[in-house]
Amino acid sequence: MSTAETEYLQAKADQEYEHGWTTDIESDTVEPGLDEETVRLISAKKDEPEWLLEWRLKAYRYFDRLTDERDFYPDWAHLDYDEPDFQNMSYYSAPKEKAQYDSMDEVPQELLDTFERLGIPLEEQKALTGVAVDAVMDSVSVATTFQEKLEEAGVLFMSFGEAVQEHPDLVRENMGSVVPYTDNLYAALNSAVFSDGSFVYVPEGVTCPMELSTYFRINEQGTGQFERTLIVAEEGSYVSYMEGCTAPMRKENQLHAAVVEIIAEEDAEVKYSTIQNWYPGNPETGEGGVFNLVTKRGICKGDRAKISWTQLETGSAVTQKYPSVILKGDDSVGEFYSVAFTKGHQQADTGTKMTHIGENTKSTIISKGISAGVAENSYRGLVKINEGAENARNFSQCDSLLIGEECGAHTFPYIEVGNPSAKVEHEATTSKVGEDQMFYCHQRGLGEEEALKLIVNGFCKEILAELPMEFAVEAKELLAIELEGSVG
Amino acid sequence: MPLLEIEDLHIGIEDTEILRGVDLNADGGEVHAIMGPNGSGKSTLAKVLAGREEYEVTQGSVHYDGEDLLEMEAEERAQEGVFMAFQYPVELPGVSQQNFLKESVNAVREAQGKEELGAADFIKMVREKSDLVDLDEALTKRSVNEGFSGGEKKRNEIFHLAMLEPRLAILDETDSGLDIDALRIVADGVNQLRDSDRAFVIITHYQRLLNYIEPDYVHAMVDGQIAKTGDKSLAVELEERGYEWLSGDGVAESKASEGNASENGAATEPEEAAVA
Ligand SMILES: Nc1ncnc2c1ncn2[C@@H]1O[C@H](COP(=O)(O)OP(=O)(O)OP(=O)(O)O)[C@@H](O)[C@H]1O
Ligand SMILES: [Mg+2]
Repeated sequence: MSTAETEYLQAKADQEYEHGWTTDIESDTVEPGLDEETVRLISAKKDEPEWLLEWRLKAYRYFDRLTDERDFYPDWAHLDYDEPDFQNMSYYSAPKEKAQYDSMDEVPQELLDTFERLGIPLEEQKALTGVAVDAVMDSVSVATTFQEKLEEAGVLFMSFGEAVQEHPDLVRENMGSVVPYTDNLYAALNSAVFSDGSFVYVPEGVTCPMELSTYFRINEQGTGQFERTLIVAEEGSYVSYMEGCTAPMRKENQLHAAVVEIIAEEDAEVKYSTIQNWYPGNPETGEGGVFNLVTKRGICKGDRAKISWTQLETGSAVTQKYPSVILKGDDSVGEFYSVAFTKGHQQADTGTKMTHIGENTKSTIISKGISAGVAENSYRGLVKINEGAENARNFSQCDSLLIGEECGAHTFPYIEVGNPSAKVEHEATTSKVGEDQMFYCHQRGLGEEEALKLIVNGFCKEILAELPMEFAVEAKELLAIELEGSVG
Repeated sequence: MPLLEIEDLHIGIEDTEILRGVDLNADGGEVHAIMGPNGSGKSTLAKVLAGREEYEVTQGSVHYDGEDLLEMEAEERAQEGVFMAFQYPVELPGVSQQNFLKESVNAVREAQGKEELGAADFIKMVREKSDLVDLDEALTKRSVNEGFSGGEKKRNEIFHLAMLEPRLAILDETDSGLDIDALRIVADGVNQLRDSDRAFVIITHYQRLLNYIEPDYVHAMVDGQIAKTGDKSLAVELEERGYEWLSGDGVAESKASEGNASENGAATEPEEAAVA
């Protein structure tokens, strides 16, 4: 790009993070450090049954054994950051005033203001969009809406903690069945110390009457946040779940290591959409941003089940996540649609894992990586066709768009085919926002920002189209805001 | 004062001089054709007028509506009514024409103090203007130039031109790659867009286009200079004789032999243009 453009974009890059601020709700925070006592304390605070404590402890012991090993830290991704000091973090934090609210009236004004400032007016959402919002501030749910309507349909949508109390059998049967605590370091850590999260259960034959939406926020200095989400869709059911996040400005790195598990039975369909917009750190140094290291996996347990992951990742200093699908049922379908936008010093290593086990299983992967500034953006995906997976099909497309000269895009596709009838297609492209394109736009009267917005939105079009309506609008807006600070 | 006033324009890139002293005046209502061999600097001139930054102006000036055009950013020029139909229109994958043109039209309108065009008026305008160049309506809904055929791209440029209603329209080889019917349609479109307030600068290799769009002036560009200016008969002559006779010594020769042949109405005096 020309010097004038570079200078212009550089100046824009200095803009501060839109949502960079904290609310001053007093917190009930556990002292930093991690041992069996910490785990017991968290479990006790949440008044959990014995079996769950035992499960946490098993996970903790596994984690503890892992960290005793030399080189235990998983550093195979194309990411460069200091590994977190697990003993220097606090593992629990809850708003002090009250842990649970029976109705919206009980939610403190401060919290409501918080959502307001984030552009998520809960009241308006209720009225206008028909979206049930299970708002998670830090680790404890503070508001739940539309419960009655969901109840009528028989859909359970509540915080993980509530589910443990009210539907212990459902939770016990399913948690850890898709992502066992032995899966990886962070899955083990999450299983030991998870604070809260969401639980969804859709009974047989039920189409969930609305999009389910949870807004997560990280709001406690130095507190790692460990959500767990469990979605169970029984035979022939359908649910669309949206997870959206944004976090206030931070000085020290924050670890976010969530676990999401999805179970889709025969003919069930689960659509999981994410907008991730956490604090990316200082644009010049990369300091202080969120570490977003997440394990997300779903299993198409029954025949003709379908799970699709759609994500728009624009935030965090470091993002590492591979929302995956195990295609166990015959004719089951897995989809992964992703936009990862990194700028400044952000780094992302994201993609998916599609494991084909059943016959005639089908997976689609469309990944769009956009990098600007000195950011690094990697797609990493595994398509694995097991021996018994007759006629498995996969189509993967990974496109990278570079804005400027100093950023990086990388594609790491892994393909393992164990059945000769498999058809696996992989396409990858890398393009730069070219001077020709920018000039063409300018010649039609469009300035720097407008031109970039159009080009980037065009590049991501297919993915944005996969997002639920309400989310798609927000997503476009977010991309536009992000681009205002991008560097050429 | 003419709408466009180019004086002794010298343009270089990385130590090579591409334009070596171009003079050209164009006023509203006029159609200027520029012909010339490959590599003579026609597109360079067009791009410099449109605001491409990679070229360096080493000498001379360009005034547009009395203002220093070279001081303006490319988008500003577009907003002020300078339009260029690209010799090689650029693809913008995934960017829908409707979105693109809506932003574009409104950027121009805003700069000119007009109110934003509403959705209904915009759609109406799209229909009207695409009819003008007989552009398949489906193309107005696709991504900008993505997967368009060569001819469709060219026609689309004229569609953009019609949408943006510029005061100065520069067409860089819009006729190249058009079939005979398309050529006539595009020419008809341009003719309908001719207006006493609008100047056209049409770069072409083929006299045929000028049968459809009758130029007021024809300029022959050779080696980065306007070697000769005449009326439409010059186009015929160029098609017959080529450019050889205009280059190098030939320029001086023609200058000497033709005297002030281009006196009547020529925007550029050959004396000025022929500085070797
Ligand atoms: N960006 C550039 N970098 C280097 N040289 C350039 C650049 N742009 C133009 N030139 C050179 O300047 C000269 C004029 O090019 P230009 O495209 O203006 O020619 P033209 O008259 O439009 O030719 P054609 O009839 O083939 O379209 C050519 O020699 C070309 O190679
Ligand atoms: Mg040319």
